Amino acid sequence: MLEPADTDPADTGAVEPVWVSPTWRALLAAGVRTVASVPDAGLAALIRRAEATADVTAVPLSTEEEGVALLAGAWLGGSPGVLLMQSSGVGNCINLLSLARTCRFPLLMVVTMRGQYGERNPWQVPMGSTAAEVLRASGVLVFDVQDEADVAPTVEAAAAMVFSGAGMAAVLIGQRVIGAKAFAAAGR
Amino acid sequence: MSAIDPDRAERYPIRRRPFVAGLLAGDDGVLVVTGLGAPAWDATAAGDRDRTFPLWGAMGGAVAMGLGLALARPRDRVLVLTGDGELLMGLGSLSTVGYHRPANLAVVVLDNERYGETGAQPTHTARYTDLAGVAAACGWPCTGTARTPDEAAALAAGLWAQEGPRFWVVKVAAADEPLVMPPRDGAHLKERFRRALLGEP
Repeated sequence: MLEPADTDPADTGAVEPVWVSPTWRALLAAGVRTVASVPDAGLAALIRRAEATADVTAVPLSTEEEGVALLAGAWLGGSPGVLLMQSSGVGNCINLLSLARTCRFPLLMVVTMRGQYGERNPWQVPMGSTAAEVLRASGVLVFDVQDEADVAPTVEAAAAMVFSGAGMAAVLIGQRVIGAKAFAAAGR
Repeated sequence: MSAIDPDRAERYPIRRRPFVAGLLAGDDGVLVVTGLGAPAWDATAAGDRDRTFPLWGAMGGAVAMGLGLALARPRDRVLVLTGDGELLMGLGSLSTVGYHRPANLAVVVLDNERYGETGAQPTHTARYTDLAGVAAACGWPCTGTARTPDEAAALAAGLWAQEGPRFWVVKVAAADEPLVMPPRDGAHLKERFRRALLGEP
């Protein structure tokens, strides 16, 4: 079990979760050059990788559905991308998924799950328990990952499918992999 | 606060169709994303073209889509042509553009202060919302509102000479125009755009 990611911010020099480096390599190997994101503690290291990579455009969003449209625009311009978000962001995306579905834009999503396992914020539980179902109902291939060793190979497999024409796919990284948020000092 | 005339937009002197035709005339290189509804019909009336991606849905997504295209193609000019109702659904995307500030992006909002496709209900710009003010507050270096045909003509002529990203509201008359629809097969629209720009679908 990893340390809770919230207690592991970049500036402490703490250890990056082991799945991050191979997952980032898998994304680059799949051709990903645009990384759109709304942050989650579990995605912080991946977002830092994107920001630190010269040929990659990292795009912080104000809300997740922007990412669906933004990646469609990037694809029109020849730049394959990925959308990073936490499970609560899935609900924000639903209508915009119609863009990817109707136009058959490739859409690769990596979603860190909250509200799923040991969650201490009950407000995270609704999307945590329905994100996979909602995505499937919207026509998205869903890959549910519960072991950190499976994250990178699953992202590689999902990317291969998305960018060879299979449409939309989401890799859901389970809260057992990410760790439940600690709510220690700040009481957030 | 004084009352606002709910019919004021019917008297705006700028007509959307000639303005859009003038904005796009002869500019074969510009990459265009249009918001759904009237701006898509306006752009199509000016001439259906491969390098225009007209949205038929995804309301609120036009600016974000244009941003993704602008970031992916920094040497090309990208124009988002949308409406007030469409933009109001994605106001946050103005702050996302303000964060990145791509110099090759322009957004032009054809603001008739109405939801034109659903019965001409007033949008929030029919009262106090100032979209150019929102963009300015989000850090866009060049913003403004055109209200007269002269201002609109100056905008069409000088849009790309301004520091980008630039954001303009054009207050257009609330009036019905004939429907001129682009192809509605989204996969076709996507593939023809990519073929024209990248040489591959």
